Amino acid sequence: MSNIIHLKTPLLDNEIANLRIGDKVVISGIIYTARDAAHKRLAALIDQGNDLPFDVRDQIIYYVGPSPAQPDRPIGSCGPTTSYRMDVYTPKLLARGLKATIGKGNRSERVIEAMKQYRAVYFVATGGAAALLAKAVKKADVVAYKDLGAEAVMRIEVENFPVVVANDIYGNDLYREGLAKYKKA
Amino acid sequence: MGTRTRIDAAEIVEKVSHLCKDANFNLNDDVLNALRDSCEAEVSPVAKEVFAELLENAKVARECQMPLCQDTGFAVVFVDLGENVEIAGGRLYDAINDGVRKGYNEGYLRKSIVSGPLSRVNTGNNTPAIIHTELVPGNQVKITFMAKGGGCENMSRIAMLTPADGREGVINFVVETVSIAKANPCPPIIVGVGTGGTFDYAALLAKKALLRPLGTKHCDPDTADLEKEMLEKMNNLGIGAQGLGGWITALAVHVECYPCHIASLPVAVNIECHSHRVKTVVLGNFP
Repeated sequence: MSNIIHLKTPLLDNEIANLRIGDKVVISGIIYTARDAAHKRLAALIDQGNDLPFDVRDQIIYYVGPSPAQPDRPIGSCGPTTSYRMDVYTPKLLARGLKATIGKGNRSERVIEAMKQYRAVYFVATGGAAALLAKAVKKADVVAYKDLGAEAVMRIEVENFPVVVANDIYGNDLYREGLAKYKKA
Repeated sequence: MGTRTRIDAAEIVEKVSHLCKDANFNLNDDVLNALRDSCEAEVSPVAKEVFAELLENAKVARECQMPLCQDTGFAVVFVDLGENVEIAGGRLYDAINDGVRKGYNEGYLRKSIVSGPLSRVNTGNNTPAIIHTELVPGNQVKITFMAKGGGCENMSRIAMLTPADGREGVINFVVETVSIAKANPCPPIIVGVGTGGTFDYAALLAKKALLRPLGTKHCDPDTADLEKEMLEKMNNLGIGAQGLGGWITALAVHVECYPCHIASLPVAVNIECHSHRVKTVVLGNFP
């Protein structure tokens, strides 16, 4: 647990294959933000067989709706939102080549299966550590759905953004494992 | 009736605006103490680290005056309105909503409210607030603001149990609610329970129960015992901070009870995340 893995985006298949649940990772590079309303639109485009407003291939989507940026900062507070609400859309994005998602909370069995199938991982960031996580964001630009306000898709540049691997490509689940370890009879 | 006290609506706007920012930037000492104690007591190294991160986050939020969490919440406002108070120069509810609008704009707080559950167009200013008013004796207005996050609110539940279900039924439902919620409401959580009353009143009691400072027991010993037993059972679930496994899933359980119908045993569970943002102001004449 003590070794920290450094990853840069776009993600490489062999790097993803090396990740195991519980691994601590820091991410640098570009990641994309999207949450409920944006996912609904992205999924509709996929259903119609259309291109997405940004290329998800080998990329990471972060489930976040940041607070507005103060004048001297690139972004406001930006912790993860709860991931299960995106579960219904996630397999479609993974099928388009998305390699990782960042959020908080458990994923559905269907998403875990899809991650195995498409060799993708799920990272968790600490929910509610939003002011702290904002420090790792260097730049943020809206790339799609500006009308959605806090739910717009942003392209954000991060430096050493801290996450933990919660689901790897082998079907392991950190939540299930953690619960089993600390549950008292 | 005693002497009337006039309170300016404009003053309420200013105070509410301040409460919105204050609550979102500055975590209260009761929560900080609970996080510190949990950081000490937790055995899971992963969970221990989460507690340390949350304490560090509170420090950064305070120093930079930026939101503790990007979800700056639904503005839930509790008003204890003194019977001898007269609001001058405007209406109380307008003043509260104006204060929320001002506070969320000035504080760069996220606007998270949509105008309809199905139309889902953002109102752009985080209003309307949810306002609960109670008439109380006296010449003061007490306003308590709570920034209620959506993720934890989503994990809340209500049940209309039967009287036969009794104490055990209430405990089981509350613990089951936490068990179903798992990592989703951002544990460590605070659990507000309302039992008794009617369908609607139990839910209100559950939310009100969250307002009691952490680390305090209910004044009724039976209810205090109930809280203790529920807390122990939910911490035995092993969910832990952020749901990654650990001994501390909940920082506190607060239960409020009320008389109910001979046929009923309502129980409502309102889940609150660790980012428990509550601030109060009192206006008017001080005796």
